[in-house]
Formats: sequence, structure tokens, C-alpha cells
Amino acid sequence: MLTTLHKQLLNDYQHNFPLSPRPYQDIAEALGVTEAEVLSTFTELNDNNFISRIGPVIPPNHIGVSALIAMAVPEQHLQTVADKISAHPEVNHNYEREHRFNLWFVVIAADAEHLDALIDAIEQETSYPAMLLPMLDDFFIDLGFKLDLNND
Amino acid sequence: MIEARDRQLLEHIQLGLPVCSKPYAEIGRLCDMPETEVIERLTRLKQQGLIKRMGVIVKHRQLGYRANAMVVWNVPDNLIKQLGGHIGRFPFVTLCYQRPKQPEWPYNLYCMIHGKDRATVLKQLEQLVDACGLSSFDQEILFSKRCFKQRGAVYKNTAVTHG
Repeated sequence: MLTTLHKQLLNDYQHNFPLSPRPYQDIAEALGVTEAEVLSTFTELNDNNFISRIGPVIPPNHIGVSALIAMAVPEQHLQTVADKISAHPEVNHNYEREHRFNLWFVVIAADAEHLDALIDAIEQETSYPAMLLPMLDDFFIDLGFKLDLNND
Repeated sequence: MIEARDRQLLEHIQLGLPVCSKPYAEIGRLCDMPETEVIERLTRLKQQGLIKRMGVIVKHRQLGYRANAMVVWNVPDNLIKQLGGHIGRFPFVTLCYQRPKQPEWPYNLYCMIHGKDRATVLKQLEQLVDACGLSSFDQEILFSKRCFKQRGAVYKNTAVTHG
């Protein structure tokens, strides 16, 4: 069960997390609780897998080269192929989607050569062609998200 | 391009800010940088837009947002910036970007909608299509099913999201 403090930490600190020597203390003061409570509540959120991390979101292609890749994989092979792909550290998101192209994953590589080599390796390991969809322009990338946590 | 010291800092902070009283000092110890320099660099990177935001990165699925739709359209290149800008202003849209068309994939405009259930997402999409005048363009909706892997991208300990 999420407490008010859980909800506040989830919703109110997706942006503008304090860049100060004691950020958790600053949050505690803003919310009228103690730093220890803030620390233990963030630890709970981490342990319960409700947050991925506290950290920076960096727009794509400022560091390294990234691309979205789609594959059409027969259902009976999907888990095996997905596992092979997920095993690469350069792969972050890897999802099944409802489409003929049913496997969608994002890779991030140091440079274009590394990206090409990685895609070649993935195609060889899985024996399915990879459809490469690099980002050309981003109109809105944030991932900050107002959660409605009241009706759960 | 990003300078070496900034890159080094981002490499260390990408896996997550430690949950402890002085987390930036802790990051500083890992990359041999005083706490003040860590904070100054992060502040500047944020001002420069190299850090889009700094904060809590939630896991939608675990918090009840089970319906995630990637919606794609085939729109004329000369309209894409304008349409993309309009789509990105809707509060339920978490991402909006342009990718190249491919022979088997005639779509160039993408957006992502996260919702608690499919019906809500479809209603939001309908609202979006009406408001942005997207109804005449070819469209597909790809709901996510299994999540095989989700985390911030890591390459040599450098975080990026959403290629």
C-alpha cells in the first residue's frame, strides 16, 4: 500500500531533484518529514521495484549512438530470441508488441561502427533481420509522468 | 559533444544516485571529484539541456500503468515538425519523435502513451487524433505485451534513454 510519502516522492521529484549537498534533507524539509524517513521510503520504492533509479535523463545521440530496432519473430521463438537480445549490455528496452513486427528494442553504442557490428551480431545470433529505426528528430522526450495513484 | 569530465561523471551517476545523506559526495568519491564540482557540473549539464531532467524514474508497469501504446503515423515530411510539436503537448504523451520510413514500415512519426488500461489509452488517442488533425494519415497502434528488459541504456556506463 502506498503512503502519502510514497506518492509524493514518486510524483513530485521526477523533475528538479535537488542538486544540493543534502538533497534528501531538502526534500524532507519541503514535505515536513525527516531525512531518515525520506531515505527509508526511497529504499522501499527501490526494493519494491516501483522506481528504476534516481538519476539523469539524457537525450539520445548526445553520448553514443542509439537506435530503435524492430523484428518480426514467430511466436514460438520469441522468448528465446528476446533473451539473446537482452543479453547484450547495449540493449536497454526490449518489448513484445502486438504487431507482425512483434519485438522492439533500443540499443545504444559508442559510435556508428559499434552500432553496425552489434546489429550484425544480433542478426547472426537470432537469424532474423533487424529493421533499424534511428531517431531523426525528437519533438518531446521527457518520460516524466504524472501518476494517478489514488484509485489503485 | 560532451567533455570528458562530464562524461565520466554521467558514467557514474547513471546507475542511480545513492540513497544516502550526501549522495553527490558519494558520486564524487567514485569519480575522484569534489562534491561541489559534481553539483556544479550536473547543474550546468541540466541548463545546457544535456540532462533533460534529473529525478525519479518510475516503473509505470509496477505502478498500475499496464497499457502502453506506441502509435505511428505516415505523415508528409513538411508537416512532421508541426504535428510532432502539437502531439508532444498532450499530458498523456511521454515521447514523440521522428524516425525514417523503411520499405516494410511506412511510418515516420511516433508517440508513446502510457495508461492504466487499453480503453483509456484508446480514448486519449482519439482525442489526440482529432485535436491534431491526424485522422487522414495512415496509423497503427502497437500495444506492448511482455517486457523483456527495461532500464536506462548503458554503454560503458553511460546512460541514455530511448534511441
